[in-house]
Amino acid sequence: MIYLDHNATTPVHPQVVNKMIPYLKQNFGNPSSFYRIGREAKAVLENSRRKVALCIGADADEIVFTSGGTESDNLAIRGVVRALKNRGNHMISSSIEHHAVLQTCFALEKDDVRITYLPVDSEGMVNPDDVLKSITPQTVLISVMYANNETGVIQPIKKIGTIARERNIVFHTDAVQAVGKIPVNVSEINVDLMSISGHKIYGPKGTGALYIRKGTPMIPVLTGGHHEHDLRAGTENIAGVVGFAEALTLATESLEHESRRLESLRDRLEEGVKQRIEAVQINGRNALRVPNTTSISFMSIEAESILLHLDLKGICASSGSACTTGSSDSSHVLLSMGIAQQVTQGTLRFSLGKENSAEDIDITIEALVEITEKLREISSL
Amino acid sequence: MYDKTKAPVEPERPILFYNETVIDHFTKPRNVGEMSEEEADGFSLTGDPECGDQMKLWIKVESDKIVDIKFKSFGCPGAIATSSMMTVLAKGKTIEKAIQLSDDDVIEAFGGIPEYKKHCSLLGTNALHAAIRDYQQKQKSSKKK
Repeated sequence: MIYLDHNATTPVHPQVVNKMIPYLKQNFGNPSSFYRIGREAKAVLENSRRKVALCIGADADEIVFTSGGTESDNLAIRGVVRALKNRGNHMISSSIEHHAVLQTCFALEKDDVRITYLPVDSEGMVNPDDVLKSITPQTVLISVMYANNETGVIQPIKKIGTIARERNIVFHTDAVQAVGKIPVNVSEINVDLMSISGHKIYGPKGTGALYIRKGTPMIPVLTGGHHEHDLRAGTENIAGVVGFAEALTLATESLEHESRRLESLRDRLEEGVKQRIEAVQINGRNALRVPNTTSISFMSIEAESILLHLDLKGICASSGSACTTGSSDSSHVLLSMGIAQQVTQGTLRFSLGKENSAEDIDITIEALVEITEKLREISSL
Repeated sequence: MYDKTKAPVEPERPILFYNETVIDHFTKPRNVGEMSEEEADGFSLTGDPECGDQMKLWIKVESDKIVDIKFKSFGCPGAIATSSMMTVLAKGKTIEKAIQLSDDDVIEAFGGIPEYKKHCSLLGTNALHAAIRDYQQKQKSSKKK
């Protein structure tokens, strides 16, 4: 199998699995318990918190462990909007956010929160000037993703953060696709809240964190016991937290070398496809991108058909769209970039990772040459 | 009471989205091609405005029978496979029989397709019905002449 869908999920690093196992077996204690195995669990929880904080340039007490990116996004957005509802009811986000942010925004709109969705340019970038123009006296929160999951395009987070901070507006970024792929340091980018996920960085699914800068107004979404500084109730997933902290540490330590390697593999794929296959388009190519991601449109054929052919050859990639129950679920990200509906229908995302080699890329290019030729022979366009 | 015998068993092999017959028609679609205007007795260009799929279909009719049929498709695996199966079912049929072909017949010929892909099979049968109407229109107008 050649797995080229690391933005969807990643295999858990064997070293991460080894670190987790003791906390599933003998060290099963509840960190809230009084006796020794409870206190051991508490100690490893706090140690993991320090490890995560170190990787992103935060203080340990600014890290809240969650069940992953979706929960972190929900806590960040709902938590701040509720905490500041007496100050204002306007929020700014973008049209290319992950569904975890977008659907949360849609839900809040039903509760009379007004939301401005910033457009992007043809390369998939938010313009900080648009942020500035959208701010009203009622604006309490700005939420713009760090790197887009479909195109890999990196957003001007630092500039947006500066705009937000100067106006005392809370700034959240969903950094699920950035952390572990590019250096991310919260002290350098003026963010107040940042979502991270474990399973995108070779950690276990169901793990993640929200960075909450000291002093950020926040009301919890999950209520219950006094866990996670009273911001996220529920007995801590100790094995998961340990695995997440280890995965983030490993990703941070290998980042410099690995990002260069992945970038050269990604370029090899893009170059190969462009040279060997006619009528292709690489989306967001002129923007700054995370090194592992490419979005490629193949004209006049449908992505799902390419995906199935790839799958039959043991190659895993993904599409930004799917034709389900009679509706084309075209990628909102690609449509926002002004890409024609029919082109979005033929767009694949390849996201590379640790196990991929140059040989994998060459096999994939050969497969794509054969598949596109076959499907274009059938195509009515 | 908990009934242990009803507990789900672990899947034994990878579960494929489409069954083997669908995959076979997708990887080796039957009757792909085009016909020139002189060759074809009926033609249709049909789109699914909802999902953006599109297909072209040509039929050749001799003594009221579909003797040849060709299609091309911009579509998902479901659309390609069901269009292919539709051409197999239609070929050799009389116009009267062919017009009765429905998406259910196509689905049945496959032994089922995933629920949310059932709409794909409509594209093929809609295209067939449109091509037959085109043929019938041409028949009428040539009779008038």
